[in-house]
Amino acid sequence: MTADPRHLLSIDDLDREGIERILDRAASFAEVAGREIKKVPALRGRTVVNLFYEASTRTSSSFELAAKRLSADVVSVRAATSSVTKGESLKDTVQTLTAYDPAAIVIRSPHAGAAQLVARWTDAAVVNAGDGKHEHPTQALLDVYTLRRRLGALDGKRIWIVGDVLHSRVARSDILAFARMGAKVTVSGPPTLIPRGIEALGCEVAPTLDRLAEADVVYVLRMQNERMHEAYVPSLREYATRYQVNAARLQPHQLLMHPGPVNRGVELSADAIDSPQALIAQQVEAGVVVRMAVLYELLAGGPGEAAAAEVAPEAVALA
Amino acid sequence: MSVQRLFHASAPPAELLIRGAHVLDPRSGLDAPHDVLVRNGAIAELGAPGALPAPDGTDVVEGEGLHLFPAFFDPHVHLRTPGQEHKETLATGTAAAAAGGYCGIVAMPNTAPTLDSAPLLRALTAQAEREAAVPVGFMPAITVGLQGSDLSEMAELRDAGAVGFTDDGKPVVSAGMLRRAFQYQRLTGGVLGLHEEEPSLSGHGVMHEGAVSARLGMAGIPSISESTMVARDAALAAYEQGRAHFQHLSCVESVEALAAWKAAGAHVSGEVSPHHLTLTDEAVRSLDSRFKMNPPLRAETDRRALIDGLRDGTIECVATDHAPHARHEKEVPFEEAPMGVTGLETAFPVLYTDLVLPGVLPLSLIVERMTAGAALLELPTPRIAVDAPANLVLLDLAAEWEVGARGYASKSENSCFEGRTLRGVVRMTVAAGAVVHRAAVEAAA
Repeated sequence: MTADPRHLLSIDDLDREGIERILDRAASFAEVAGREIKKVPALRGRTVVNLFYEASTRTSSSFELAAKRLSADVVSVRAATSSVTKGESLKDTVQTLTAYDPAAIVIRSPHAGAAQLVARWTDAAVVNAGDGKHEHPTQALLDVYTLRRRLGALDGKRIWIVGDVLHSRVARSDILAFARMGAKVTVSGPPTLIPRGIEALGCEVAPTLDRLAEADVVYVLRMQNERMHEAYVPSLREYATRYQVNAARLQPHQLLMHPGPVNRGVELSADAIDSPQALIAQQVEAGVVVRMAVLYELLAGGPGEAAAAEVAPEAVALA
Repeated sequence: MSVQRLFHASAPPAELLIRGAHVLDPRSGLDAPHDVLVRNGAIAELGAPGALPAPDGTDVVEGEGLHLFPAFFDPHVHLRTPGQEHKETLATGTAAAAAGGYCGIVAMPNTAPTLDSAPLLRALTAQAEREAAVPVGFMPAITVGLQGSDLSEMAELRDAGAVGFTDDGKPVVSAGMLRRAFQYQRLTGGVLGLHEEEPSLSGHGVMHEGAVSARLGMAGIPSISESTMVARDAALAAYEQGRAHFQHLSCVESVEALAAWKAAGAHVSGEVSPHHLTLTDEAVRSLDSRFKMNPPLRAETDRRALIDGLRDGTIECVATDHAPHARHEKEVPFEEAPMGVTGLETAFPVLYTDLVLPGVLPLSLIVERMTAGAALLELPTPRIAVDAPANLVLLDLAAEWEVGARGYASKSENSCFEGRTLRGVVRMTVAAGAVVHRAAVEAAA
């Protein structure tokens, strides 16, 4: 890991080796997930706070499950039901939660850089569970994990990311993570939804799907209805005509991914979603073990910590 | 009888002899060590180093090894008064100006309520006469409430002391509205200061649109949101023979538009801030809200074009756009934070350290550009000349200091240079004939 190894704020915090270490750890936890009792005692007695300022189903539930399977105590704070709605600032909320002496704070925020700020205000490990349109590093890690299981190494693989890149934190973290793992990344979508300067992240831009057949992996982004009101595209109908990934566009050799939730009939057709090439369910499944691995790496693991290595998976039998 | 346009609290006139400092005033052709005698707040005599005797009751300041310039003039600051005194007051804002070596500053009208009426202006000028350490001018709003729909009572405001007019913080979106203002300017005089931003292009942008905004996933403000408006409004000024001053220019396209319209004979001028001259959007990668301001920090090509524009005179002056915000307002995620950074206390040291010392711009040009704002707003230029009112800044260009290490004279601390070690310490500032700032000189090391 580079940057501050106590936190996972950005894919930039990880070099290739760091990513591989987390994914190897996740693979060992996958074995635990197959057992009847799915817990390991690694974080027993420690507290993980999930602080979510945005609606989220799969990310928040998988972080919660990940922490519980590591035997941590979990406090989940949602903006809608907390004093956040009474106008408490992020800083005050974090300082309040810090009084519980959490080992980790998992934060989802509609604003870029929120996780960085939280890291400044707490001694806990901070995990970015999505900050604005900036990054969603654990999503990228579970995407790489899912692909590695299917493809092995990503070196030289062509991965196309299709859709609303402008508003997608998943796209940003994925571009960085896929490129770091050696893949060749192309982003494609309506020119209104491709941010100026995105090439600097290490990807190519293709304005149409004409060359989609060259992709080994097609990663489709969610197309949000509200983009229609902001005149990014004339209509969902026209968007679907040009950019929907469907059975006609998807080649038999290609793998299909999507971060969810899917708008059926918009960015993906039903036949594509339900095809055996789709890895969407595997992505969700990977979410729990990858987040277990992230929490474990930050709180119990890390390079050269021999003592920690004893905890899993050998210690599983004790649980 | 001319109308008073700068206001400050009365202070005893200085009786000073500054001995042997290197005096630099490009307008007066001075660039050598001199003794400078100030009597009753005016420059009484210049002499060879050590040549002038100190009259009784004169404060003698040893200036050897120090530099003496005409004090700086800032045509663009926010003093947050009335209504946002938790960010800055006339007292603290002018104290920051004094600490930065300024002898005059001009306050913007985006206060609460908006400075758009003569009674409010009179109240403010009266307050300045009680509280302001350094002379302050006020630029009331072009349009009522900065709303862009009705002209403020510019004639009455002008009679009450308005320096000029501006909707700074916002553009005058309607070309027709601004055209009326230029027409009415023929009656009132006073420069129209223009904050240029086409809102349908800047949208909800929080930073420069480019590779860094693409990386961070933050909405961008494209450079053309500024430059298209500079071109439009310069055309309006030319057509109506109006006088426009373009505030805080930030990008290469704006510099080009300004140069083109000047060449075409339009009566237009421009200013640039120290942060746009020395920083780029790369700084925003830190996600630190102290790098958030409007217009935003732009690309390196823009920064270089601004430097070139300042060098060749396309951009006539430096303005800080000093924009204080309370700590709790800035300690939020970048996208949520208010736009603006402080600047009065760091302007000269930043330009000296980052542009003069590396040889990018000569010292004399920086001194000229940091004092040129006064004349652009039709106010007297600070000069070092016999019989001129004493407006002086005495600096130690060899001394270093860390920004923020000793706090700030400003009420706010949102400096984008916090933590930087800069060269150039203001030892003394004389404004309108009075000593308004004097740094404690540390014991010789």
